[in-house]
Amino acid sequence: MHLAFLTGTGLLWSAIGFGLIFGFLLHRGGVTDFNVIVRLFQFRDFTVLKVMMTAITVGGVGVALLHGQDLAQYHIKPANLLAVGLGAAIFGVGMVLLGYCPGTGLAAMATGRLDALAGLAGMIVGGIAYALTFDWVAANILPVGAYGKLRLPELLGLPEWVCYAGLVVMTIGVFALVRKAEAKKKA
Amino acid sequence: MKNPRWNPYLVGALIGLLSVFTFALVNKPLGMSTGLAQAAGACAMPILGADQVATNSYWAKIAKPNWDYGTLFLVGTVLGAFLGAWLSGTFKFATDSEVWTRSFGPSKTKRLVAAFLGGIIILYGARLADGCTSGHGISGSLQLAVSGWLFFIVMFASGILTAKLLYGRSTQA
Repeated sequence: MHLAFLTGTGLLWSAIGFGLIFGFLLHRGGVTDFNVIVRLFQFRDFTVLKVMMTAITVGGVGVALLHGQDLAQYHIKPANLLAVGLGAAIFGVGMVLLGYCPGTGLAAMATGRLDALAGLAGMIVGGIAYALTFDWVAANILPVGAYGKLRLPELLGLPEWVCYAGLVVMTIGVFALVRKAEAKKKA
Repeated sequence: MKNPRWNPYLVGALIGLLSVFTFALVNKPLGMSTGLAQAAGACAMPILGADQVATNSYWAKIAKPNWDYGTLFLVGTVLGAFLGAWLSGTFKFATDSEVWTRSFGPSKTKRLVAAFLGGIIILYGARLADGCTSGHGISGSLQLAVSGWLFFIVMFASGILTAKLLYGRSTQA
Protein backbone atom coordinates (compact mmCIF):
# COMPACT_ATOMS: atom_id res chain seq x y z
CA MET A 1 0.00 0.00 0.00
CA HIS A 2 0.97 3.62 -0.40
CA LEU A 3 -0.60 7.04 0.00
CA ALA A 4 -0.68 7.62 -3.76
CA PHE A 5 -3.99 9.32 -4.40
CA LEU A 6 -2.87 11.27 -7.44
CA THR A 7 -4.05 9.60 -10.65
CA GLY A 8 -4.92 10.58 -14.21
CA THR A 9 -4.44 14.25 -15.02
CA GLY A 10 -3.45 15.05 -11.43
CA LEU A 11 -0.57 12.58 -11.70
CA LEU A 12 0.63 14.18 -14.93
CA TRP A 13 0.52 17.69 -13.45
CA SER A 14 2.35 16.45 -10.38
CA ALA A 15 5.13 15.17 -12.67
CA ILE A 16 5.69 18.70 -13.94
CA GLY A 17 5.51 20.08 -10.40
CA PHE A 18 7.94 17.57 -8.88
CA GLY A 19 10.25 17.94 -11.89
CA LEU A 20 10.15 21.70 -11.52
CA ILE A 21 11.28 21.47 -7.90
CA PHE A 22 14.01 18.98 -8.88
CA GLY A 23 15.36 21.20 -11.68
CA PHE A 24 15.26 24.28 -9.46
CA LEU A 25 17.18 22.44 -6.73
CA LEU A 26 19.80 21.14 -9.19
CA HIS A 27 20.46 24.71 -10.29
CA ARG A 28 20.55 26.10 -6.75
CA GLY A 29 22.83 23.25 -5.71
CA GLY A 30 25.38 24.37 -8.31
CA VAL A 31 25.48 20.93 -9.94
CA THR A 32 24.44 22.30 -13.35
CA ASP A 33 28.04 23.55 -13.73
CA PHE A 34 30.46 21.54 -15.91
CA ASN A 35 33.40 22.53 -13.67
CA VAL A 36 31.67 21.39 -10.48
CA ILE A 37 30.87 17.98 -11.97
CA VAL A 38 34.25 17.23 -13.53
CA ARG A 39 36.15 18.47 -10.47
CA LEU A 40 34.32 15.87 -8.34
CA PHE A 41 36.23 13.18 -10.22
CA GLN A 42 39.48 15.06 -9.56
CA PHE A 43 38.67 15.36 -5.82
CA ARG A 44 38.75 19.14 -6.13
CA ASP A 45 35.07 19.94 -5.60
CA PHE A 46 32.80 17.83 -3.43
CA THR A 47 29.51 19.62 -4.09
CA VAL A 48 28.00 16.72 -6.07
CA LEU A 49 28.98 14.20 -3.41
CA LYS A 50 27.49 16.39 -0.65
CA VAL A 51 24.20 16.77 -2.54
CA MET A 52 23.95 13.08 -3.46
CA MET A 53 24.92 11.58 -0.11
CA THR A 54 22.58 13.90 1.82
CA ALA A 55 19.75 13.12 -0.60
CA ILE A 56 20.36 9.36 -0.27
CA THR A 57 20.50 9.48 3.54
CA VAL A 58 17.53 11.80 4.14
CA GLY A 59 15.47 10.14 1.40
CA GLY A 60 16.53 6.66 2.52
CA VAL A 61 15.53 7.10 6.15
CA GLY A 62 12.31 8.89 5.14
CA VAL A 63 11.21 6.24 2.65
CA ALA A 64 12.17 3.44 5.06
CA LEU A 65 10.01 4.99 7.80
CA LEU A 66 7.05 5.20 5.40
CA HIS A 67 7.72 1.66 4.18
CA GLY A 68 7.81 0.42 7.77
CA GLN A 69 4.31 1.88 8.27
CA ASP A 70 3.19 0.26 5.00
CA LEU A 71 2.75 3.71 3.45
CA ALA A 72 5.28 3.39 0.61
CA GLN A 73 6.45 0.70 -1.77
CA TYR A 74 10.01 0.02 -2.79
CA HIS A 75 10.92 0.13 -6.48
CA ILE A 76 14.07 -1.97 -6.75
CA LYS A 77 15.85 -2.23 -10.08
CA PRO A 78 17.20 -5.72 -10.75
CA ALA A 79 20.81 -6.45 -9.82
CA ASN A 80 21.95 -7.51 -13.30
CA LEU A 81 25.59 -7.33 -12.32
CA LEU A 82 27.17 -7.33 -15.79
CA ALA A 83 24.70 -4.86 -17.33
CA VAL A 84 24.78 -2.46 -14.36
CA GLY A 85 28.57 -2.67 -13.99
CA LEU A 86 29.29 -2.27 -17.70
CA GLY A 87 26.63 0.41 -18.09
CA ALA A 88 28.00 2.38 -15.13
CA ALA A 89 31.56 2.17 -16.50
CA ILE A 90 30.38 3.50 -19.89
CA PHE A 91 28.28 6.10 -18.09
CA GLY A 92 31.30 7.42 -16.15
CA VAL A 93 33.23 7.99 -19.39
CA GLY A 94 30.28 9.82 -20.91
CA MET A 95 29.70 11.93 -17.80
CA VAL A 96 33.26 13.23 -17.71
CA LEU A 97 33.35 13.88 -21.48
CA LEU A 98 29.94 15.56 -21.50
CA GLY A 99 30.44 17.23 -18.13
CA TYR A 100 26.88 16.53 -17.02
CA CYS A 101 24.71 13.54 -16.24
CA PRO A 102 21.27 13.19 -17.89
CA GLY A 103 19.39 15.17 -15.21
CA THR A 104 21.96 17.89 -14.60
CA GLY A 105 22.51 18.11 -18.39
CA LEU A 106 18.85 18.86 -19.03
CA ALA A 107 18.92 21.39 -16.21
CA ALA A 108 22.16 22.98 -17.46
CA MET A 109 20.65 23.29 -20.94
CA ALA A 110 17.78 25.23 -19.40
CA THR A 111 20.26 27.70 -17.88
CA GLY A 112 21.63 28.48 -21.36
CA ARG A 113 24.42 25.91 -21.72
CA LEU A 114 24.83 25.08 -25.41
CA ASP A 115 27.24 22.20 -24.74
CA ALA A 116 24.48 20.59 -22.66
CA LEU A 117 22.13 21.04 -25.62
CA ALA A 118 24.62 19.22 -27.87
CA GLY A 119 24.81 16.59 -25.13
CA LEU A 120 21.04 16.18 -25.18
CA ALA A 121 21.16 15.61 -28.96
CA GLY A 122 23.81 12.97 -28.30
CA MET A 123 21.66 11.37 -25.60
CA ILE A 124 18.80 11.03 -28.08
CA VAL A 125 21.18 9.23 -30.47
CA GLY A 126 22.44 7.06 -27.60
CA GLY A 127 18.87 6.17 -26.66
CA ILE A 128 18.10 5.17 -30.25
CA ALA A 129 21.31 3.10 -30.41
CA TYR A 130 20.31 1.25 -27.24
CA ALA A 131 16.80 0.50 -28.49
CA LEU A 132 18.22 -0.86 -31.76
CA THR A 133 20.68 -3.13 -29.94
CA PHE A 134 18.26 -4.08 -27.15
CA ASP A 135 17.37 -7.56 -28.37
CA TRP A 136 21.03 -8.57 -28.45
CA VAL A 137 21.70 -6.97 -25.05
CA ALA A 138 18.65 -8.65 -23.54
CA ALA A 139 19.83 -12.04 -24.78
CA ASN A 140 23.54 -11.74 -24.01
CA ILE A 141 24.23 -9.11 -21.33
CA LEU A 142 21.21 -8.69 -19.06
CA PRO A 143 21.05 -12.35 -17.92
CA VAL A 144 24.71 -12.47 -16.82
CA GLY A 145 24.92 -12.27 -13.02
CA ALA A 146 21.21 -11.50 -12.71
CA TYR A 147 20.25 -11.63 -9.04
CA GLY A 148 16.84 -9.98 -9.30
CA LYS A 149 15.54 -7.22 -7.03
CA LEU A 150 18.27 -7.64 -4.45
CA ARG A 151 18.73 -5.22 -1.54
CA LEU A 152 21.72 -4.76 0.75
CA PRO A 153 19.92 -6.09 3.88
CA GLU A 154 19.36 -9.43 2.08
CA LEU A 155 22.83 -9.48 0.54
CA LEU A 156 24.53 -8.80 3.87
CA GLY A 157 22.04 -10.77 5.96
CA LEU A 158 21.53 -7.81 8.29
CA PRO A 159 18.31 -6.27 9.67
CA GLU A 160 16.92 -3.21 7.90
CA TRP A 161 17.65 -0.81 10.73
CA VAL A 162 21.30 -1.87 10.95
CA CYS A 163 21.76 -1.12 7.25
CA TYR A 164 20.13 2.31 7.55
CA ALA A 165 22.17 3.10 10.66
CA GLY A 166 25.23 2.04 8.66
CA LEU A 167 24.20 4.39 5.85
CA VAL A 168 23.92 7.32 8.27
CA VAL A 169 27.27 6.54 9.88
CA MET A 170 28.95 6.12 6.48
CA THR A 171 27.56 9.45 5.27
CA ILE A 172 28.83 11.24 8.38
CA GLY A 173 32.22 9.57 7.89
CA VAL A 174 32.41 10.61 4.22
CA PHE A 175 31.50 14.20 5.13
CA ALA A 176 34.21 14.25 7.82
CA LEU A 177 36.77 13.13 5.22
CA VAL A 178 35.50 15.75 2.76
CA ARG A 179 35.83 18.42 5.42
CA LYS A 180 39.40 17.32 6.12
CA ALA A 181 40.29 17.40 2.41
CA GLU A 182 38.77 20.85 2.02
CA ALA A 183 40.66 22.20 5.06
CA LYS A 184 43.89 20.79 3.66
CA LYS A 185 43.33 22.49 0.31
CA LYS A 186 42.69 25.85 1.96
CA ALA A 187 45.82 25.63 4.12
CA MET B 1 25.28 39.53 -9.52
CA LYS B 2 24.61 37.63 -6.33
CA ASN B 3 25.61 34.01 -5.99
CA PRO B 4 22.46 31.92 -6.48
CA ARG B 5 23.94 28.78 -4.91
CA TRP B 6 22.54 27.34 -1.73
CA ASN B 7 24.33 25.15 0.77
CA PRO B 8 24.81 21.73 -0.93
CA TYR B 9 23.79 19.83 2.22
CA LEU B 10 20.52 21.78 2.31
CA VAL B 11 19.91 21.10 -1.41
CA GLY B 12 20.67 17.40 -0.87
CA ALA B 13 18.29 17.22 2.08
CA LEU B 14 15.54 18.88 0.02
CA ILE B 15 16.08 16.43 -2.87
CA GLY B 16 15.86 13.62 -0.30
CA LEU B 17 12.57 15.05 0.99
CA LEU B 18 11.31 15.43 -2.57
CA SER B 19 12.02 11.70 -3.02
CA VAL B 20 10.04 10.86 0.10
CA PHE B 21 7.10 12.88 -1.24
CA THR B 22 7.18 11.28 -4.70
CA PHE B 23 7.37 7.79 -3.16
CA ALA B 24 4.44 8.58 -0.87
CA LEU B 25 2.18 10.64 -3.11
CA VAL B 26 2.67 9.20 -6.59
CA ASN B 27 4.46 5.91 -5.82
CA LYS B 28 7.38 6.83 -8.09
CA PRO B 29 11.11 7.25 -7.50
CA LEU B 30 13.04 10.14 -9.10
CA GLY B 31 14.47 9.13 -12.48
CA MET B 32 15.61 10.67 -15.72
CA SER B 33 16.98 8.33 -18.31
CA THR B 34 13.88 6.22 -19.03
CA GLY B 35 12.13 9.44 -20.01
CA LEU B 36 15.06 10.32 -22.26
CA ALA B 37 14.86 6.89 -23.92
CA GLN B 38 11.15 7.52 -24.50
CA ALA B 39 12.04 10.88 -26.06
CA ALA B 40 14.61 9.10 -28.22
CA GLY B 41 11.82 6.84 -29.50
CA ALA B 42 9.72 9.88 -30.40
CA CYS B 43 12.69 11.43 -32.23
CA ALA B 44 13.38 8.13 -34.03
CA MET B 45 9.90 8.00 -35.57
CA PRO B 46 10.59 10.35 -38.51
CA ILE B 47 13.98 8.68 -39.12
CA LEU B 48 13.20 4.99 -38.73
CA GLY B 49 9.47 5.18 -39.38
CA ALA B 50 6.64 4.80 -36.85
CA ASP B 51 6.28 1.06 -37.53
CA GLN B 52 9.91 0.36 -36.77
CA VAL B 53 9.59 2.21 -33.45
CA ALA B 54 6.26 0.55 -32.58
CA THR B 55 7.64 -2.95 -33.17
CA ASN B 56 10.98 -2.36 -31.43
CA SER B 57 10.86 -4.47 -28.29
CA TYR B 58 12.58 -1.82 -26.12
CA TRP B 59 10.28 1.05 -27.10
CA ALA B 60 7.22 -1.20 -27.07
CA LYS B 61 7.80 -2.70 -23.61
CA ILE B 62 10.18 -0.56 -21.56
CA ALA B 63 10.31 3.02 -22.86
CA LYS B 64 7.11 3.68 -24.76
CA PRO B 65 7.26 7.15 -26.37
CA ASN B 66 4.43 8.88 -24.56
CA TRP B 67 3.53 11.93 -22.50
CA ASP B 68 3.45 10.16 -19.17
CA TYR B 69 4.80 10.80 -15.67
CA GLY B 70 8.42 10.08 -16.69
CA THR B 71 8.57 12.36 -19.70
CA LEU B 72 6.60 15.18 -18.05
CA PHE B 73 9.01 15.04 -15.12
CA LEU B 74 11.76 15.92 -17.62
CA VAL B 75 9.71 18.89 -18.84
CA GLY B 76 9.35 20.01 -15.24
CA THR B 77 13.09 19.69 -14.65
CA VAL B 78 13.84 21.92 -17.63
CA LEU B 79 11.27 24.49 -16.45
CA GLY B 80 12.58 24.42 -12.89
CA ALA B 81 16.21 24.91 -13.85
CA PHE B 82 15.23 27.71 -16.23
CA LEU B 83 13.23 29.35 -13.45
CA GLY B 84 16.18 29.01 -11.07
CA ALA B 85 18.57 30.63 -13.54
CA TRP B 86 16.12 33.32 -14.62
CA LEU B 87 15.07 34.35 -11.10
CA SER B 88 18.69 34.66 -10.01
CA GLY B 89 19.69 36.52 -13.18
CA THR B 90 22.25 33.83 -14.08
CA PHE B 91 20.67 32.62 -17.35
CA LYS B 92 23.37 32.95 -19.98
CA PHE B 93 24.15 31.31 -23.32
CA ALA B 94 27.59 29.71 -23.00
CA THR B 95 29.57 26.81 -24.41
CA ASP B 96 32.95 26.72 -22.71
CA SER B 97 34.05 25.85 -19.18
CA GLU B 98 37.28 26.54 -17.33
CA VAL B 99 38.27 22.90 -16.84
CA TRP B 100 37.59 22.02 -20.50
CA THR B 101 39.32 25.06 -21.99
CA ARG B 102 42.46 24.52 -19.95
CA SER B 103 42.94 21.05 -21.49
CA PHE B 104 41.42 21.43 -24.94
CA GLY B 105 41.58 25.12 -25.80
CA PRO B 106 38.86 27.63 -26.64
CA SER B 107 37.40 25.93 -29.77
CA LYS B 108 33.61 25.87 -29.39
CA THR B 109 33.24 23.29 -32.16
CA LYS B 110 35.54 20.88 -30.37
CA ARG B 111 33.57 21.31 -27.15
CA LEU B 112 30.20 20.80 -28.85
CA VAL B 113 31.38 17.68 -30.70
CA ALA B 114 32.80 16.24 -27.48
CA ALA B 115 29.57 16.99 -25.62
CA PHE B 116 27.55 15.30 -28.39
CA LEU B 117 29.74 12.18 -28.23
CA GLY B 118 29.60 12.26 -24.44
CA GLY B 119 25.81 12.38 -24.71
CA ILE B 120 25.70 9.26 -26.91
CA ILE B 121 27.98 7.37 -24.52
CA ILE B 122 26.25 8.45 -21.31
CA LEU B 123 22.73 7.52 -22.40
CA TYR B 124 23.81 4.20 -23.88
CA GLY B 125 25.47 3.43 -20.54
CA ALA B 126 22.45 4.64 -18.58
CA ARG B 127 20.05 2.42 -20.52
CA LEU B 128 22.35 -0.60 -20.32
CA ALA B 129 22.56 -0.10 -16.55
CA ASP B 130 18.79 0.64 -16.44
CA GLY B 131 19.27 3.96 -14.66
CA CYS B 132 21.42 7.05 -14.23
CA THR B 133 22.67 9.29 -11.45
CA SER B 134 19.10 9.91 -10.31
CA GLY B 135 17.40 6.55 -10.96
CA HIS B 136 20.24 4.37 -9.66
CA GLY B 137 22.53 6.84 -7.87
CA ILE B 138 19.90 8.53 -5.71
CA SER B 139 16.66 6.53 -5.92
CA GLY B 140 18.31 3.09 -6.03
CA SER B 141 20.89 3.84 -3.35
CA LEU B 142 18.35 5.34 -0.95
CA GLN B 143 16.34 2.08 -1.11
CA LEU B 144 19.58 0.18 -0.42
CA ALA B 145 19.31 -1.53 -3.81
CA VAL B 146 22.40 -3.53 -4.73
CA SER B 147 22.04 -2.25 -8.33
CA GLY B 148 22.05 1.38 -7.13
CA TRP B 149 25.21 1.08 -5.04
CA LEU B 150 27.00 -0.96 -7.71
CA PHE B 151 26.17 1.76 -10.24
CA PHE B 152 27.31 4.55 -7.91
CA ILE B 153 30.67 2.93 -7.15
CA VAL B 154 31.55 1.80 -10.70
CA MET B 155 30.43 5.13 -12.22
CA PHE B 156 32.62 6.99 -9.74
CA ALA B 157 35.68 4.83 -10.43
CA SER B 158 35.22 5.09 -14.18
CA GLY B 159 34.80 8.86 -13.90
CA ILE B 160 38.00 9.23 -11.90
CA LEU B 161 39.97 7.27 -14.51
CA THR B 162 38.43 9.17 -17.41
CA ALA B 163 39.06 12.54 -15.75
CA LYS B 164 42.69 11.60 -15.29
CA LEU B 165 43.03 10.62 -18.96
CA LEU B 166 41.09 13.58 -20.36
CA TYR B 167 42.03 16.45 -18.12
CA GLY B 168 45.16 15.04 -16.51
CA ARG B 169 47.15 17.32 -14.27
CA SER B 170 46.84 20.33 -16.55
CA THR B 171 43.90 21.48 -14.48
CA GLN B 172 45.73 21.32 -11.17
CA ALA B 173 46.25 25.01 -10.60
